[in-house]
Amino acid sequence: MSDLLGVDVWRGAEQGAFQAFTIPRRTHQTVLDVVTEIQREHDSTLSYRFACRVGMCGSCAMVVNGRPRWTCRTRVVDVVKPGNRLRLEPLRNFTVVKDLAVEMTEFFAKWKKARGFFEPGAAPERDFAVVTPETKERKLADAGIECIGCGVCYSACDVVAWEPDYLGPAALNRAWTLVNDVRDRGQADRLNAVSGSDGCQACHTHMSCTRFCPKGIEPTYAIAGLKRAMFGRGAR
Amino acid sequence: MPILFIAQRTTAFVLAFAVAVHLATILYAVRGGLTAADMLARTHGNLVFALFYGVFVVAVAIHAPIGLRNVLREWTPWRGRSLDVALALFAAILLALGLRAVIAVYS
Repeated sequence: MSDLLGVDVWRGAEQGAFQAFTIPRRTHQTVLDVVTEIQREHDSTLSYRFACRVGMCGSCAMVVNGRPRWTCRTRVVDVVKPGNRLRLEPLRNFTVVKDLAVEMTEFFAKWKKARGFFEPGAAPERDFAVVTPETKERKLADAGIECIGCGVCYSACDVVAWEPDYLGPAALNRAWTLVNDVRDRGQADRLNAVSGSDGCQACHTHMSCTRFCPKGIEPTYAIAGLKRAMFGRGAR
Repeated sequence: MPILFIAQRTTAFVLAFAVAVHLATILYAVRGGLTAADMLARTHGNLVFALFYGVFVVAVAIHAPIGLRNVLREWTPWRGRSLDVALALFAAILLALGLRAVIAVYS
């Protein structure tokens, strides 16, 4: 292994250029370690976002050598072959604030638009709802519930790139977990919200979201579930 | 809008069946060589043939313009009423040409 690592980092916003840095390679070094070292030792004006450093918060996602990843959970040795350089860009399909930091407002606004929130209804149940783990609905909800909103799937999605109004895999995945929440009382509104031309029907089943989700969630199947639910309702 | 999606999916089911039958029939029919006159002799007055291809044409006329609309919306800036009108016209042309051909080989 070479002792030095060449890194090309996106600088600017929508318009900008790559800036080259050279930093020492270290054992077990993560891509987030690299960004932090550049910011602390080479150029303190570099902007990026991180918080937990251990794959819990989802805020450090970037495009690493062309692929969206959590930088804290990506070791340099796994993505840079000997002699190659590391290339870091902000997440695709987001407005770039500066350098590697992106604006997440629209991403989360789409969760709201997809009615990706629990709707208890006008008169919530008085007692605890019993939702046993072996029921079909519970299993389907469990499959997508661990999403932490990092934006990796949204960055990977070609349909978002083509159709900027498309709600995207994360919002639709959240909507699907709620479609399977037997306590929820907002199903009609939710299915309406995800059935527009910007909703689940726009998905091409490219499966990039499923391929890149760091949590191993499969939004493609959630979206397919929404299509079936929409189809079943529309055909009635 | 789900109406377009549902129409496209439903016609896709029809076409999956119809295209398979269509191709299988072609492969089967031309094994020993077949002239246009031979074909017309079989299709003239054949109501099953006419109904099958009538359904085929209607399914194509619904399915293709919706797919083309999606492609155009994603790959070009063309949106709105002019796009919808153009593709409705495309659907009408497919329907007219297709049904004309079905009627021609039936009657």
